[in-house]
Amino acid sequence: MISTAVQRTAASVIRDDAPLGGRAAPGANSGGVEDRGRAAAGLGANSGGGVEDRGRAAAGLGANTAGSLQDSVHTALRADEVDRHAVRLVVVDPGHGAAPPSLDSFAALPRLLRAGDLVVVNDAATLPGSLFGRTAAGDPFELRLSGPVEAGWLFGVLLGPGDYRTRTEHRAPPPRITAGERVTIAGVVATVVGVVGRRIELIVRGDGDALWQALYAAGAPVQYAHRSAPLPLWSVQTAYAGRPWAAEMPSAGRPLTWDVLLGLRRAGIAVASLTHAAGLSSTGDDALDRALPWPERYEIPRRTADAVGEARARGGRVIAIGTTVVRALESAALEAELPGTVSAGGRAADAHRVVLPALSPGSGTATLRIDGRYRPRVVAGLVSGLHVPGESHFELLSAFAPPDRLRSAIALAAEHGLSSHELGDACLIVAA
Amino acid sequence: MKIQGQGALVTGASRGLGRALAEQLAARGARVALVARELGPLHDVVAGIRARGGDAHAIAGDIASKEAIHRIAGQAQGTVGEIAIAIHNASTLGPTPLRLLLDTECEDLAQVLETNLIGPFRLTKVLAGAMAIRGAGVIVHVSSDAAIEPYPRWGAYGASKAAQDHLSRILAAELDGTGVRVLAVDPGEMDTAMHAAAIPDADRAALQPPAQVAARIVAMIEAESRAPSGARLVASRWSEVAP
Repeated sequence: MISTAVQRTAASVIRDDAPLGGRAAPGANSGGVEDRGRAAAGLGANSGGGVEDRGRAAAGLGANTAGSLQDSVHTALRADEVDRHAVRLVVVDPGHGAAPPSLDSFAALPRLLRAGDLVVVNDAATLPGSLFGRTAAGDPFELRLSGPVEAGWLFGVLLGPGDYRTRTEHRAPPPRITAGERVTIAGVVATVVGVVGRRIELIVRGDGDALWQALYAAGAPVQYAHRSAPLPLWSVQTAYAGRPWAAEMPSAGRPLTWDVLLGLRRAGIAVASLTHAAGLSSTGDDALDRALPWPERYEIPRRTADAVGEARARGGRVIAIGTTVVRALESAALEAELPGTVSAGGRAADAHRVVLPALSPGSGTATLRIDGRYRPRVVAGLVSGLHVPGESHFELLSAFAPPDRLRSAIALAAEHGLSSHELGDACLIVAA
Repeated sequence: MKIQGQGALVTGASRGLGRALAEQLAARGARVALVARELGPLHDVVAGIRARGGDAHAIAGDIASKEAIHRIAGQAQGTVGEIAIAIHNASTLGPTPLRLLLDTECEDLAQVLETNLIGPFRLTKVLAGAMAIRGAGVIVHVSSDAAIEPYPRWGAYGASKAAQDHLSRILAAELDGTGVRVLAVDPGEMDTAMHAAAIPDADRAALQPPAQVAARIVAMIEAESRAPSGARLVASRWSEVAP
């Protein structure tokens, strides 16, 4: 069932691919922190719920943003949850001289896109990834899974005693755990394969069915201190969630009801899915957080790779629902992009265009970090939560729209009382 | 739909029709998640399938429990991957001997609806979206002639199955064009523990073996043109040979 290739990839995450604490991330750049966080420093003051600890305060990010991040308008965004049927959408046209951002309801998405476009969603279900365990010596800890569980392998981050009600960065450090040690997690015995700082890799031998039963019986979705009530498992799933691969919800898809999805199809807009293992947005360790997101697995079905090719062929645009879809599609495009690839026809009129090789279906690992200097190969527009300057997500959005346009979008959102909560309102960046 | 290589989920899989369906899907190369309330009997079925080279996984869960639904779906997709075939087979008669409706406790009716209607609906809500986004899937609701015929004493069960039949039809209409097929199948009278509980003095020789009915339901899953979405099919009238 599980290929050895998968195991090998999974097993090598700590050793090879991922930046570890205290070391600069490969390819990291000034804008590269992508924590899927939300909060600018001032946000907590008017949200009532306090600064979300999943987003590091803008001030802490230092040099990668301009001084404008403390704009008072940014602090005016609400930070509460919004019913998924009532989500509002800030529509941002990134073009030069385009109309200023406008406001619509998320349900209007089918008429905001064009017939021939392709919408791509991330169908990863959210894991019950917060698990409690004890060391061989009996000391308690929390394990937060950072990616999919494959053939008994668990990958994650350790926290000390306590739970999500304490902000991640204030949690006690985890107890000492060493490679080879046998610990108990969710009542199941696991062997520590590797541990580097807070990052840990374990294997549970024996019956895989019993492991899954234990994970779902004992685990809860990873959540953060800004929401006091426990998150039920069903509240962090999209309407099309399949395999449990995501450490945290791919939340941009939360307002995509089947009414909207079928409405897209009726409007001649294709819909396809991929699976991307959205990871943790916060670890409680500054150095680790700066290296987020870690390499994340993705899988693109043949049907979706074909749909991307067909959309391009008919002049349609690829619209990503969420940053995880951007990361998967752009990583796959870079994989496919051979050095020296040229326009197939070679006509002078096409010389300025990069002609992409077809996107290959299959699995991969996304290591790409996207910021304002990145030129998207596949994705022409996206739906995202609302992100303010200073957040890594804002940097990613800057690859799709000029920062000043994004700032006016946030100003509009603030003016109309939109919410920047991950279960809040949304924005659509696409040419009109 | 071709069954080889698909992920499948069967509820009520530790005995009777559910067990036979799981065994036959696995024999045809599906990876099967078997769901039942008790792990013990389920383990025996899973061990049997594995001994014959099949890919089967046991999941303990009560379909009538709201909290259990996402766990069942998550464990199923964790162990067998994407679910392309979901069979809602688990159901309850309510208290036996069966009672007249005016003697049926309201709580017993509610419990029958939880198990036979609302539980399967919840599970469909979790599984069908992923099928529709990928453009392929089959959902089978195991029905009964009690959904059509007003048999005295079969009130709670019959009402739950009639409601499930209609839910199946409306779901099929709403998912038209997505590639997800929704069927209701009346298996007919089978020689099962459930039948014995309902009609203890039945002539067992006159009842169909569950394996025979399961083979027909598997054929319906495969035969898209003969079992179109929204259809309510009767297993005893299903010909193994295409007309």
